This record gives sequence, structure tokens and C-alpha cells, in this order.
Amino acid sequence: MTTVSTNGALSFDGIGMIFPDGTEALQEITLSIDKGDFVTVVGPSGCGKSTLLRIASGLLQPTAGSVAVDRARLGYVFQDATLLPWRTVRQNVELLAELHGFDSAERKRLSSAAIDLVGLNGFENHYPKSLSGGMKMRTSLARTLTLKPPVFLFDEPFGAVDEITREHLNEETQRLFQSEGFAGLFITHSIREAVFMSTKVYVMSARPGRIVAEYDIPFDYPRQPELRFDPDFAMLSGEVSQALRGSHS
Amino acid sequence: MTLQADQMDRTDAVADDSATVSEAMAEGRAAMTADVPKAYRLKSRKRELLETVLPPALLGGLFLAFWYYLSLVVIDEGRRFLLKPPHEVLNVGFLDSENLTEMLTALWSSTKVALIGLAIAISIGFFLAIIMSQAKVLERAVFPFMVTLQAIPILAIVPLIGFWWGYGQTSRVVVCIIISLFPIIVNTLFGLLSADRAMHDLFTLHQANRLTRLRKLMFPAALPAVFAGLRISAGLSVIGAIVGDFFFGRGEVGIGQLLRRYANNLNGEELLASVILSSALGIVVFWTFGWLQNAVIGKWHEAVQK
Repeated sequence: MTTVSTNGALSFDGIGMIFPDGTEALQEITLSIDKGDFVTVVGPSGCGKSTLLRIASGLLQPTAGSVAVDRARLGYVFQDATLLPWRTVRQNVELLAELHGFDSAERKRLSSAAIDLVGLNGFENHYPKSLSGGMKMRTSLARTLTLKPPVFLFDEPFGAVDEITREHLNEETQRLFQSEGFAGLFITHSIREAVFMSTKVYVMSARPGRIVAEYDIPFDYPRQPELRFDPDFAMLSGEVSQALRGSHS
Repeated sequence: MTLQADQMDRTDAVADDSATVSEAMAEGRAAMTADVPKAYRLKSRKRELLETVLPPALLGGLFLAFWYYLSLVVIDEGRRFLLKPPHEVLNVGFLDSENLTEMLTALWSSTKVALIGLAIAISIGFFLAIIMSQAKVLERAVFPFMVTLQAIPILAIVPLIGFWWGYGQTSRVVVCIIISLFPIIVNTLFGLLSADRAMHDLFTLHQANRLTRLRKLMFPAALPAVFAGLRISAGLSVIGAIVGDFFFGRGEVGIGQLLRRYANNLNGEELLASVILSSALGIVVFWTFGWLQNAVIGKWHEAVQK
């Protein structure tokens, strides 16, 4: 696989993935994400969405095609919060800065700023076991924010939290997208979540995953919670849903 | 022994589960009693205390009564030396200062042996577990030999140990090492490999080297399992120290030699007293490691037993 630089922050060119057991997970995925894009890929469970992120991050080598991205500063938000249970919120947030060799004053400054951004002030010394699912996810977000990554990969991060918390986290994610100016690639199977946050939504088919439809989402940022009750929002969600059903049958 | 360690692990897991369930139930109860008048709550708290203390106290009392019954009623006067009544064990075994000093000195000697053996077993065990955690091929290479070592009945190998290392302290320590090594290796290895894939992915994404990964991810993740192993091994090491001393019967007098001498001389009271002391030592060791576990990982571990 070649990692060439292009104008885009992240681009996939003809990505295909066939696992050693013969399962074909992805087929001919070509898409590009630029600075200022928040792209969401929706698809049924097991369609290879997460595989796409693992390929983007270099955790997995594709069997066809190439990826162009600067891996040195890639943000990756996992499906689970993946916090280290023996570390407090602050220590967890500082982990990446620690792995990259920042000194303690710098780490402290970065973690304080990130904790501010996700609104976890006052919980710095809590251990993960005493946090709710939403707070764990915020901690995970803060951890990724410390390195100020230009590209953010989200692997279905809000699937395990309740509906209300999920909506709050969606609002905060699009706020962070605005304030931090990263390019985002978000994976989910929630259409509402996809349409609410994104500049663009791709629909992926069931295995092997292919892009079967794409939608530009025209709403202005910052998007308000009420947007979810807007008729245009409902219509777009309906179209995405149609495409998703079509791909599934 | 593999099986035994395995079973103990499983019992631990079950105990953890039930702890969570009872905690949840306690929470439920607390929520339900929130509106209840204070006096009533106080009373129920007292009742709860009574409910935890009374059953074992009652059973203990019954046990003592049964002991008396056996000793004074079932066994006739002439054979009473076989089982002296509790108060005589107390008087002769624990309140006679000469006897007590002798037993405590021996107990201390055995404790030292157990602790030295345990310390060496921990060092060897950690080393091997770390090596095995670094490459599957090393795990495959070492593991069968560990199982073999564990499968040798300790009584079968004791004469051989005496043959090689003599009949003094060294051999006793070797018995302790052999008997307590396996649970440490198995639990430490299991713990080191317990961090989930996403955590490893996180470290991979940020180019963490082997040592960083070991230090910041695998070691801390291993701690709960390591402590579970230590509690089992500590108990086994005490057993090893006593068994070794009992068999070799030479050198500094430990509790094993005392047990043998008392049995040979038909000193029923002292024999029972030293059995009680040995189990007390086992309990103290087990409890100490439980306390240590709570002190080290209690703050963050989800299922630490209170």
C-alpha cells in the first residue's frame, strides 16, 4: 500500500479488503475527506464500516487500493471508551501526550484544555469505574483532542449510551468539529446521528461493503437540537433510510 | 493442582459476581428505605450486623459443644488423650508460656521459610510470565514444563529435594517454591494478556514500544489477576513450609517438626494447639494479601472484595 499525500486530509482510493478466511469486507471504496468535512458512513452491522477505519489508521493493510493520510497525528475514537481503569480521568486524558513524550507541564496544559472542551471539569480525579457511559466517552474524546489531530476517526463511539446522552454527545461533537476545525470520518448505523452532524453522508451496502449512495447535508453550523424536528431534516433522513433499506435487501 | 487453581479462580469469579449482585441489592434496599423513619433504619442496621455476626458465632458455638461432647461423653476416660476438651487445649497449648514460646518460635521459623520461598517463587513466576507474554512461541515452549512441574505430586518429589539440597532450610524453601510457583505464573500470564484489543490498538496507533506497552498497559492490567494468584500461592507456600519441615525433620525446628514430635509423644493438647496456630498463619497470610490487594487496586478495580 502506498501512502501518498494529496490535497485531501484523508482519501481512500479503490480500497478492497478480503480477510484471510475469504470474507470480502470492502469493495472498491473511493472517497476523500478534506479539511472542513465531517463525513459519516452509515451501513448495516457487519458491513465493514469499522474495517474502513482500521485501514485508514494503518491498523490493517487493505488487500487492494491505497490510503493517503498523515498518520503521525491521527485521532481515533474507539467504539468503547477504552479508558485505562487504573488511571483517573486526567491521567487517562494525558495518556497520548505521555506516549508522545510531552513533559508534564505541557501534558497538564493539554489535558486541562481538553477536559474543558468536553465539560468534564470537576471530574479530573475520578476513576472510570465511577463514571457514566457518557462521561467515559467524553474522557475518551478529550484524550484524542489533546493531540489536536487534523483528522478524527470515530468508530461508532456513541452506540452504547442512552438516546438523550447520545444526542448531547452529537451536539458536542459537531461543536468540537466547528471549534477545532478537524476533518472527521464518522462511522455509525444511526441515520439521525449521521444527518445531524455531517456535511456529507455515505451509505454503505451489506457485506461486501460498497458505497451505494451519497448525500450532501446542507444545514448550517452550529446546528441546534431543534434541527432534528425540521421537515428538511426528516426528509433527508428518510432518503438516507431508503437508500440503506435498498442496499440491505 | 492445575485443576485446583482453576477451580479457585472460578470460585473467585463467582464470588465477584455475587458481590456485585448483593451490592446492587443493597443499593436497592438503601433506595427503598430512604423514606423510612430514621429509628427504623437504625434498628434494621443493627439487625443486619446481628445477621452477619450471629450465624458464624452460633455455628462456632455448636462446634465447640460437639467437641466437648466427643471429648467428655463419647470417648472414655482412658482414651481421652485422643481428643482433649477445648479448655485443656487452651490451658496447655496457649496459656502455658513455655509451650507457647516453643510453638511461636517454630511458627516464626516456618513463616520465614514460607516467605522466602514465596518471594523467590514470585520473582521466578513474574519473570517467566513476562517472557511468555512477549511471544506466543515462548509461551508454547515453557508452558508444558510448568504443567509437568505442577503435576508432580509434592510428596513424591520431597525425598528427591532432600537428596539434592540436604535436609535443612534450603530444601524447605525449595518445596515452597515448587508448590507455589504455578498459580503465580498462570495468573500473571493471564493478567498480562487480559488487556483488550482496543487498548492495544490505541498503544499501537501511538507507536508505543514494547517496554512502554508492558509498563503502562500490561502490568497494571495484570494486577487483579496477579493478586488472585498471590493469595493462592501464599497459602500454598505456608503448606509447603510445614510439609517440608515435617518430612525433613532436621535443622531449625519449624511447626512441622513440632507437629511430628507432639504426635509421637501423644501430646494431644499441644498437637491441637499447633494445628490451630498453623491454620491461623494461613489465614493471616491470606488476609494480608487480600488487604494488600485492596490497598493497591481497590481504588480503581471494579470487583474488589470488601
